[in-house]
Amino acid sequence: MRHVLSVIVENKSGVLARVAGLFSRRGFNIDSLAVGATEKPEFSRITLVVTGEDLVIEQITKQLYKLIDTYKVTDLTAAKHIEREMILVKVSINANNRSEVIEIVDIFRGKIIDVSDKNMTVEITGDYEKNEGFLSLLKKFGIIEIVRTGTVAIQRGTGN
Amino acid sequence: MSAEKMKGSKILLESLKKEGVTDIFGYPGGKVLHIYDDIYKSDIKHYLVRHEQAAAHAADGYARSTGKVGVCLATSGPGATNLVTGIATANMDSVPMVAFTGQVSSGDIGTDSFQEADIIGITMPVTKHNFLVKDVKDLALTIKKAFYIARTGRPGPVLVDLPVDVTVNKAIFNYPESIIIPSYKPTTKGSSRQIKNAIKMIREAKQPVVLAGGGVVSANASEELREFISLTKMPVSSTLLGLGAYPYNDYYSLQMPGMHGTAFSNFAIQEADLLISIGMRFDDRITGKLDTFAPNAKVIHIDIDPAEIGKCIATVLPIVGDAKEVLKEMNAYLKEESIEAKEPWLKIIEKLKLDYPLTYKMDKNAISPQYVLEVLNELTNGDAFYTTEVGTHQMWAAQYLNHTQPRHFISSGGLGTMGFGFPAAMGVQVANPGKTVINIAGDGSFQMNIQELSTVSYYNIPVKNIILNNQWLGMVRQWQELFFEERYSSTDLEGMQPDFVKVAEAYGVLGLRATKPAEVREVLKRALSHNGPVVVDIRVVREENVFPMVPAGGAIDKMIGERGSI
Repeated sequence: MRHVLSVIVENKSGVLARVAGLFSRRGFNIDSLAVGATEKPEFSRITLVVTGEDLVIEQITKQLYKLIDTYKVTDLTAAKHIEREMILVKVSINANNRSEVIEIVDIFRGKIIDVSDKNMTVEITGDYEKNEGFLSLLKKFGIIEIVRTGTVAIQRGTGN
Repeated sequence: MSAEKMKGSKILLESLKKEGVTDIFGYPGGKVLHIYDDIYKSDIKHYLVRHEQAAAHAADGYARSTGKVGVCLATSGPGATNLVTGIATANMDSVPMVAFTGQVSSGDIGTDSFQEADIIGITMPVTKHNFLVKDVKDLALTIKKAFYIARTGRPGPVLVDLPVDVTVNKAIFNYPESIIIPSYKPTTKGSSRQIKNAIKMIREAKQPVVLAGGGVVSANASEELREFISLTKMPVSSTLLGLGAYPYNDYYSLQMPGMHGTAFSNFAIQEADLLISIGMRFDDRITGKLDTFAPNAKVIHIDIDPAEIGKCIATVLPIVGDAKEVLKEMNAYLKEESIEAKEPWLKIIEKLKLDYPLTYKMDKNAISPQYVLEVLNELTNGDAFYTTEVGTHQMWAAQYLNHTQPRHFISSGGLGTMGFGFPAAMGVQVANPGKTVINIAGDGSFQMNIQELSTVSYYNIPVKNIILNNQWLGMVRQWQELFFEERYSSTDLEGMQPDFVKVAEAYGVLGLRATKPAEVREVLKRALSHNGPVVVDIRVVREENVFPMVPAGGAIDKMIGERGSI
């Protein structure tokens, strides 16, 4: 099962290496990883998307907690949460299919940020399923390049 | 404020004093010259080893035999990388250690400057934590953190990397009395509700087995374990690192489980309906094939490290906490409401112990390695510290030495580091002056840190090295005999060995030799009574194997040589 883990760590050099090293050392796969400072500058948040059985996720969580620089690990999957990922995608177009691509971009509320005779670059933001749906519709036109930020996520409501 | 600023190197030495450090093991070099200058002026005793790996193992032996944090020091680059095997050894066996390494000047880091190595990156996976000190102002606090992290929770090695400018620059020395690291708060007290549930499960069990590991030793919980067993009357098996936590030859003792454990321990585990594992981590050397391990048993797992629970074995009842505290609480409840001995089970165990004792063949003309260990038991009367190298001799030492006290059997379990025993014995001896310290060695392993003969000779560290010399890399040879149709690839050392007696003598160390069973006792007596380091070359039966043996990945009740010999 796909899990989104939100990990609060000390905002200092080397912490990302510890987290990444832990995953490679223990043979865990990372589907995506996004990192940035939080509202408190002394902390960073690492949002990890990992796929695995519950026991594996439990082990990942415990191993993350074992890192001295880790404050909190939250598995957002079980809680109500919002996920977003931004994707920049460059797709081939021609005179015949250009309007069809624009239509799809509109439906998904994407933004066209660059366009030429032969290709178009689209910015899209959404959760995993929306983004995957969008990309699958673009496939037939010929995707030249995809750049993704990795998923970030936040819990719904006012609680922490 | 009239406080004067202090040089970083001096801050380091003063901080070590504050931590109660009296002995360190190390090797100087360009980037630690300032530190060595302050060592010269300090009353902390520095032991100059002959290879940095030995410094780490010595600090490890020091720590395991006392429970104190062991300290080692090396210069940047190759000095630091030479520590790595020793640090990884300590990490696998949860040994509290702080390793200090020199580093190139902070401005030069990343430029591939002379003797630069990214020791922080290199040791990240083999330390509990590590620190690069970037400013002398942070030095004292970082050292405080390093010692605190090393000794608390599940202990482990911490490395502190010291760029040379940090040792030269000055700051006001202010060593914090106590420290709180908000992101690091180990749980030491077990959940009382879980503990009560555990007692209920023990009460209801018919065939329980206790598995005691290194966690019992490192928590200093041997007394509590003994009381726990006397209150519950359950058979108890000790892992390699748990040996000595419970008296080895006691009625309830199953001795060691696993690959080279006793058959009666393995059979008992396989028949158990409840396992109470305390401070052990279900290593593959214990469990063999996981699917076949203890098929009928529910598991109560007591461990200070939550990540160990459920890592290998599904646990019915986890208790996260310090072994000593959890056992104390259990014992308190058990004293209120006692548990009856499970007599039918104890009878089964009695019979297993009778049917499957450890045995070996004695020969009039050739020395059995096991016999040497039995003579040592007799001569030392159990009052000796033992270290081992890694291989067949290590397993015989585990099987045949009479382990009666915790922290007295010191062996590289997790990493299985050849070359560990001799330098570790130096650390044990430095920490325990006046005590008998014996390193049980193999002829292969001993040569991995043989240069330390120079160290023990110089400081007159009276470690007794007993080489069970079969002129083979014996453990690998055993696997080649059993699983590779006797193709002895690169394991036969006959004719390739130095004369160990002469080597010892060249270093100014007493060298002795025994080639016949009749000589063993006298030679060992002489070694033990010698006031100084000794190397004893004991020529043992060449092709002796370690039995019982569970083939790798097999079920632990399917052993070769169930009685210790075939």
